Amino acid sequence: MLTNKSKQVVKREMTWMEKAYIPAIFSGMIITFKHIFMKKATVRYPEQTRPFAPVYRGQHVLKIDEAGAERCTACGLCAVACPAEAITMVAAERKKGEEHLYREEKYASTYEINMLRCIFCGLCEEACPKEAIFLTDRIVPSTFERHEFIFGKDKLVETKEHPVDVTKRQTPAVLEFKKDKKHKHNLTVLDKVTKTFNKH
Amino acid sequence: MEPLLIKAIIAIVVFAITLLIATYSTYAERKVAAVMQDRVGPNRAGPFGLLQPLADAVKMFMKEEIIPSVSNKWLFIAGPCIAMLTACMTGVVIPWGGPITLGAQKFTLQVADLNIGILYLFGVVSMGVYGIMIGGWASNNKFSLIGAIRASSQMISYEIAMGLAIIALVMTTGTLSLNEIVVQQDEGLANIVIQPLGFLIFIVCAFAETNRAPFDLPECETELIGGYHTEYSSMKLGFYLFAEYINMFISSAVIVCFYFGGYNFPFQHELQNLLGLTENALSIIQVVVMFGKVFFFIFFFMWVRWTIPRFRYDQLMNLGWKVLLPLALANIFITGLVMWGMGKI
Repeated sequence: MLTNKSKQVVKREMTWMEKAYIPAIFSGMIITFKHIFMKKATVRYPEQTRPFAPVYRGQHVLKIDEAGAERCTACGLCAVACPAEAITMVAAERKKGEEHLYREEKYASTYEINMLRCIFCGLCEEACPKEAIFLTDRIVPSTFERHEFIFGKDKLVETKEHPVDVTKRQTPAVLEFKKDKKHKHNLTVLDKVTKTFNKH
Repeated sequence: MEPLLIKAIIAIVVFAITLLIATYSTYAERKVAAVMQDRVGPNRAGPFGLLQPLADAVKMFMKEEIIPSVSNKWLFIAGPCIAMLTACMTGVVIPWGGPITLGAQKFTLQVADLNIGILYLFGVVSMGVYGIMIGGWASNNKFSLIGAIRASSQMISYEIAMGLAIIALVMTTGTLSLNEIVVQQDEGLANIVIQPLGFLIFIVCAFAETNRAPFDLPECETELIGGYHTEYSSMKLGFYLFAEYINMFISSAVIVCFYFGGYNFPFQHELQNLLGLTENALSIIQVVVMFGKVFFFIFFFMWVRWTIPRFRYDQLMNLGWKVLLPLALANIFITGLVMWGMGKI
């Protein structure tokens, strides 16, 4: 009787009406009949899909900038932040003539995420100073082999033809950070051009 | 046309319709189950999933057919055959509509107007238990055997109450012919008004006889895997399941004939005079009405199945022997008293 919620159970004989069962069965049948007209819980999957939450964290994307160059500089902060140790990368130096491919002097020559290890916590995204990695509302497709779950750059980097929308993940805090032009990496190509133009 | 030819046509049509309705009962069952559980049900095969029974049938036929090596092979095969045969045989005595005149001849829309229709019906229905009994026994499997024993004891127990409920009906109608009973309800009241208690007993027993929930103990999955059809596969299993749906259809038709005026509907003769319909046109409307009533009772069977949980076995036996049997006897007694009071006997 600590919580005062306990209920006295009475094991009494059923009344004549209860023993007849017919009224109880009848009321039960009315309940099931009402359910015929109720809204169905079914989502007819391939045609209908359940809407994703705006903060849904699915398969990652490695973003490119407006000019089409990869934003990732292989700093390794995402790999350090990753609690599941799912991210590995190899850094390389940008050669002359590759400026259109890589945004800065250093880039990731390989960048792999093991989707079986990944717990989709989003810490890599939080750690990234270059806004290069984002989690998207795409579901990681299932396959039969384990090695197929190690996603390399071929699957992670977005292409100019098929940009991946990450506006949902660009929270106010992210956008606020982006406005801070003190950080060189936050400058867009347009900003750079206007800056040099103003200099002259 | 030859009377025999017409009878043959009627027999084939009734057979085909019985099979068709049983086929689509499986679809209806799944749909009813679904909507009562806030789901959608089969909707992939064809529009609204209407081709689902076809897909199920193809699946059943394509499945590997297994006959257990320790089973009695011939009895194992005979089981579903008997179940199916007896299920199909019951449809013979049911009148589907009023008489139709072709040329000079007049035909009743009934395969055979037996003057002992009710006796025939009971005879065939009690044969149905052999299909289950033999199948369960021949499987050489404990679960099958328990299921079969349950089925046979359940069917025998409830047949008594069912028969006694019908005796009261036979007392008031004074006939064993189903067509006669239906015609009498056209002239007088529907039997549900005269025999409400009898109807209640009859419908409860009909649920038990068809092994439908809440009396589906012979095949209760939670205790007996599949009951008497545990060892069956492929179309033999299909036959058992199919026979259940045919039984349900025929039971519905019998309930309609006994208690709900069969193919008659209220003010039918007034309607006939008002619209100036011929006898044949009225008969066709009556067939539609008959099927409407039958479909309602098929729905009712499904409705009950998806509402009430299964009885425990001792509850089942208590209900059959200690409640329904005395009630049926009391019903006969009261019916006799009232008829004596009204000076009918």
